[in-house]
Amino acid sequence: MNYNVDEKGYYGEFGGAYIPEMLYPNVEELRQQYLQITAEESFQKEFRQLLKDYVGRPTPLYFAKRLSEKYNTKIYLKREDLCHTGAHKVNNTIGQILLAKRLGKTRIIAETGAGQHGVATATVCALMGLECIVYMGEIDIKRQAPNVARMKMLGAKVIPAISGSKTLKDATNEAIRDWINNPIDTHYIIGSVVGPHPYPDMVARFQSVISEEVKKQLLEKENRENPDYVVACVGGGSNAAGIYYHYLNNPKVGIIAVEAAGKGIDSGESAATSKLGRMGIIHGSKTLLMQTPDGQITEPYSISAGLDYPGVGPMHAHLYTSGRGEFISITDDDAMKAGMELSQLEGIIPAIESSHALAIFKERRFKKEDIIVLNLSGRGDKDLNTYINYFKL
Amino acid sequence: MNRLQKTLQLDKKLLSIYFTAGYPNLNDTVSIIQELEKNGVDFIEIGLPFSDPLADGPTIQASSTQALKNGMTTALLFDQLKDIRKTVQIPLIIMGYFNPILQYGVEKFCKRCQEIGIDALILPDLPLEEYKTLYKATFEKYNLSNIFLITPQTSTERIKVIDSNSSAFIYMVSSASTTGSQNGFSGKQTDYFKRIAKLKLKNPQIIGFGISNHETFQTAISNAKGAIIGSAFIKIIIKEGIAGISSFIKSIRNF
Ligand SMILES: Cc1ncc(COP(=O)(O)O)c(C=O)c1O
Repeated sequence: MNYNVDEKGYYGEFGGAYIPEMLYPNVEELRQQYLQITAEESFQKEFRQLLKDYVGRPTPLYFAKRLSEKYNTKIYLKREDLCHTGAHKVNNTIGQILLAKRLGKTRIIAETGAGQHGVATATVCALMGLECIVYMGEIDIKRQAPNVARMKMLGAKVIPAISGSKTLKDATNEAIRDWINNPIDTHYIIGSVVGPHPYPDMVARFQSVISEEVKKQLLEKENRENPDYVVACVGGGSNAAGIYYHYLNNPKVGIIAVEAAGKGIDSGESAATSKLGRMGIIHGSKTLLMQTPDGQITEPYSISAGLDYPGVGPMHAHLYTSGRGEFISITDDDAMKAGMELSQLEGIIPAIESSHALAIFKERRFKKEDIIVLNLSGRGDKDLNTYINYFKL
Repeated sequence: MNRLQKTLQLDKKLLSIYFTAGYPNLNDTVSIIQELEKNGVDFIEIGLPFSDPLADGPTIQASSTQALKNGMTTALLFDQLKDIRKTVQIPLIIMGYFNPILQYGVEKFCKRCQEIGIDALILPDLPLEEYKTLYKATFEKYNLSNIFLITPQTSTERIKVIDSNSSAFIYMVSSASTTGSQNGFSGKQTDYFKRIAKLKLKNPQIIGFGISNHETFQTAISNAKGAIIGSAFIKIIIKEGIAGISSFIKSIRNF
């Protein structure tokens, strides 16, 4: 089976472009041009150069010795937390800003949950001298205050989304409405592998640098390109898409996706889409999403703003329903403990999103000789307040 | 021919009103429809509320949120409308986003529409391509017209494809925008209206988005077969309730 996108923009039965006609010209322009533009030599040269000199790639593949000893297996961490701006999100924003420039766009909009994608977008806009507007849910503005300040310092305008649940879903709605109202000069930099085709594929390609590097790095360290498992947390699913990408069609490599269970799957406060979702349409994509029997999108919950999304990207919906991916849900409490554990075992304070991925070692046993590559998608600086409140530090 | 197709053949300019079902009160649906017909509105768009209405501005968003809070569902709307054809003759359209219909079941939804006497659907986020390959046959089976939107950015080539896949009218969005009232049309907008009129499409065009008063209505109908008012109507309903409908419609037509 093929786990990449097909020529119609679908992953199995998921994907497509369910967008109002107002967005059609922009999305169609992207669809027709993204492969060609991103394949151009000048594009690749500029993209690679910025990833190296500006983002700080390649990020290390770090063997987590003490964590491995504790769980009696071999755990490598892909250190996306060391990227400039503190998370993997910048791989995508660098790619999209270069694309936007080649399309002649002068105004950039984005949505953000944790603020990491907003910061990464504001950063590349400052770098390129483009106007930047970031939509962020009013609740997230409160719980991710340091990132709001960073965006402002970088010259972006942060507009609160005050509709619905006032989190990532609503920020995305507002960004889409902005794009409808500004169809000529504006490019919308979506922050994950969600939205109408070609976004999921485009973002996955920009993030695929992660597994491209893992292959080389693992060859150096273990004399093999393929780990036994790749593990990542899934909000929309971009860091996961990045670390899965070059292993998607290799059945020898197990794929593990970690979702936020919030206060528990059946608590009514959760964001575990694979367990609680059904096929439906959100933000222009046919995918698994949390909804009422009547098809109204429900409000998710997670302590982690970056995982607080009622859907997943169509690639992940396909990985789940086809059985190619193993999906594990982790509660707030277990994630927070795993974040503390990594800090004290390895001296790395992870983003709470990444802490969800780290929590699987308590949930699931691996063999001693298994090699696991876990995407440490971001650092915990932005979450300090949440950690402080949770652990009464 | 369904009622809508017949109405579109009448030798007059048409006025259509959009309202959100279940708003301001859960059970206002039938009274609003009856009152609109009584006041000479030519056809009606009944909005099926959705939690995440991407193409809508603040007024329709707020009415949708409130309608859902009031308890509106797809099944309830059908229940409210089940006897509507005993009292109302004008064409009725359901306008909504695709997900609630997908969850209800597209075929079951279309069947229910036909039983009740709905003439057409407007589903802004159901793309032309998906419609053609997956749903067109079902819509036709139940004699429902599907209405597509075009905007100032839609290419002539695509407009022609849309025209050939339409069986009632083309919904001409007045500007690149979400729904909501504006105070007047710019020269650029009237140029766009005229450009489309010159294409001599098979289907008549009805202009919507941003029509709020007599003046914008006049501009619209001098360039198209008719016009649709949504947000401005919802604002009146909030302020004056059903009692305000009659004077609002008169002020638009300026009788
Ligand atoms: C550090 C970090 N990891 C993960 C995510 C979740 O996004 P995605 O699933 O697209 O990787 C976010 C989102 O904000 C994030 O900041």
